Amino acid sequence: MTSPHTTPAGAGSVAVDHPLLEVEDLFVEFHTRDGVASAINGVSFTLEERETLAILGESGSGKSVTAQAIMGILDMPPAKIPRGQIRYRGNDLLTMADKSRRAIRGPEISMIFQDALSSLNPVFPVGWQIAEMFRKHRGMNRRDSLDEAVRLMERVQIPAAKERVRSYPHQFSGGMRQRIMIAMAIALNPRVLIADEPTTALDVTVQAQIMALLQEIQDEEGMGLILITHDLGVVADVADRIAVMYAGRIVESSDVLPLYAKPAHPYTKGLIESIPQLEDKGKELFAIKGLPPSLLRMPPACKFHPRCTRAVEVCRTDDPELREVEPGRFSRCHFAEEVLGE
Amino acid sequence: MGKYTLRRLLQMIPVVIGSTFLIYAMVFSLPGDPTAGKCGERPCSPQYVAQFKEKYNLNDPLPVQYVKYMGNVLQGDLGESQYGVPVRDELADRFTTTLKLGVVALAFEAIIGIGAGVLSGLRRGGFIDNLVLVSTLVVISIPIFVIGTVLQLYLGVKWGIFPVTVGSDAPWFDLLLPGMVLGSTSLAYLARLMRSDLSDTMRTDYIRTAHAKGLPQGRVVGVHALRNSLIPVITFLGYDFGALLGGAIITEGIFNIHGIGGYVYRGIGDRDGMVVVGTVTVLVLVYLLANLIVDLVYGLIDPRISHD
Repeated sequence: MTSPHTTPAGAGSVAVDHPLLEVEDLFVEFHTRDGVASAINGVSFTLEERETLAILGESGSGKSVTAQAIMGILDMPPAKIPRGQIRYRGNDLLTMADKSRRAIRGPEISMIFQDALSSLNPVFPVGWQIAEMFRKHRGMNRRDSLDEAVRLMERVQIPAAKERVRSYPHQFSGGMRQRIMIAMAIALNPRVLIADEPTTALDVTVQAQIMALLQEIQDEEGMGLILITHDLGVVADVADRIAVMYAGRIVESSDVLPLYAKPAHPYTKGLIESIPQLEDKGKELFAIKGLPPSLLRMPPACKFHPRCTRAVEVCRTDDPELREVEPGRFSRCHFAEEVLGE
Repeated sequence: MGKYTLRRLLQMIPVVIGSTFLIYAMVFSLPGDPTAGKCGERPCSPQYVAQFKEKYNLNDPLPVQYVKYMGNVLQGDLGESQYGVPVRDELADRFTTTLKLGVVALAFEAIIGIGAGVLSGLRRGGFIDNLVLVSTLVVISIPIFVIGTVLQLYLGVKWGIFPVTVGSDAPWFDLLLPGMVLGSTSLAYLARLMRSDLSDTMRTDYIRTAHAKGLPQGRVVGVHALRNSLIPVITFLGYDFGALLGGAIITEGIFNIHGIGGYVYRGIGDRDGMVVVGTVTVLVLVYLLANLIVDLVYGLIDPRISHD
């Protein structure tokens, strides 16, 4: 099962036959002392050049694990990928030799992490850390690679980049550190950029600046962007498509605007309704009752039924498939049409 | 950095005065007659006792004695032992030997300890990890004089790989086995420190970033992880160097090394105050300097520490 995608014409893709990135029927499990935790249970999606796909979900829904599986930076063991394919321009990354995979990590697919302070090495200057990409992947010498680092720091709008290239991560503010992360990630002009909650650790005004920067870079470079977030507000402005994850599976995927206007899954609906609205001032905020299921003890059939307001017997016995309910809209709910019609 | 160093050096003055005064007071205010047993079976003659008391200022009150002593120390005179040998000359000679022993021990400790710690820290729960954990526990729990005599018996006497004792000019090769013995306990602690710190570091976000940058495993561990994990290890090594020099008494005894350990041990037995105070003063200075160097190096290897 592959969800279709909307691709702007003439995306400038080199491999015409293959989408840029395809994830197909991916499973990831963690072998722990308490048993096997199934973090990802059959996730599929496609990403094209210039496209922004938002993966939305709460903590533990498997969105970060999906990103790390694509990057190939899951700790294995305890993680294991029993099934699935991740194809970059048609080549399966999961069966690739270590060395070829490393050559993709950075130059082709790269990633921005949530907490830039802990994600940057504290004992090396930021310029050194950016320049390392050029030294190790392009074989550049020290001076040239540092020049490149300065150029990138200017590109992500760090003031006085020439002087600050020798500064250490702790000498920057949170927003500037995230800019450095971005500079490092886009250093080798990758075709896929994965941003794992890039703005979560930042305050609101800085969040907007960072998102604007990411969009600007994407517009110029034309890479595909996977934006992982739990923040519906961030998604609406930036993403083309959105995939909502729950308990390690995609429960709804759609173009962004239709999804906001009319969700086709009770979980998405709950998420949208729990956004505070100005006109609802004074009223109690809506919340989805209960907690996401433990990855060790998944409920049978539909994973959302214990929290779902419209759950009936069939939800407890039959696991719904992700099916197309409208052109370009997929929902994993027995009553998707009814939810959509509300 | 210069200001910081100067401040630290100034801070050393009260520490040195305080510690030397304590030692001086303890040695020279011990009950009992310091001349007892100096003249064979019979008691010493009153002339000898008077001369002895005059020479070591024993008729003055303790603080005055101390000030007179320190005055001489500042002029480079550590006094004479009861055998009439200048403490300074003897110390200079013996200190070189102990220093060499300490360097051998530290090198052994650093190379094997860091190596074992890295191997076990990378694969926690693996065979090497268990081997390192068990063997370091064994080393930590056996007293050093047992390790020393057993290794001396087998590696020295029975198999003849190393010399049994150390020659009077303490050649480096002779010091290999004693150095291993002296460094063994610290090595065990160091390996464990390295192991736990490296395995913690390998789980940090910036190591994940290093992997995401497509760097080979060797560079991720050797550059990104080690550079961080070595910070506490280097600190440990620095402090340990001071401790090794002062703690070499047993090892020096087993291998008949003419270092300061044996000297101070004999000084205590002979109630030779000049020897004991002189040696300990030098040890205190060395220990403080080692600490200062560690703190300065710390600022160099960890950019988050500022000495401004």
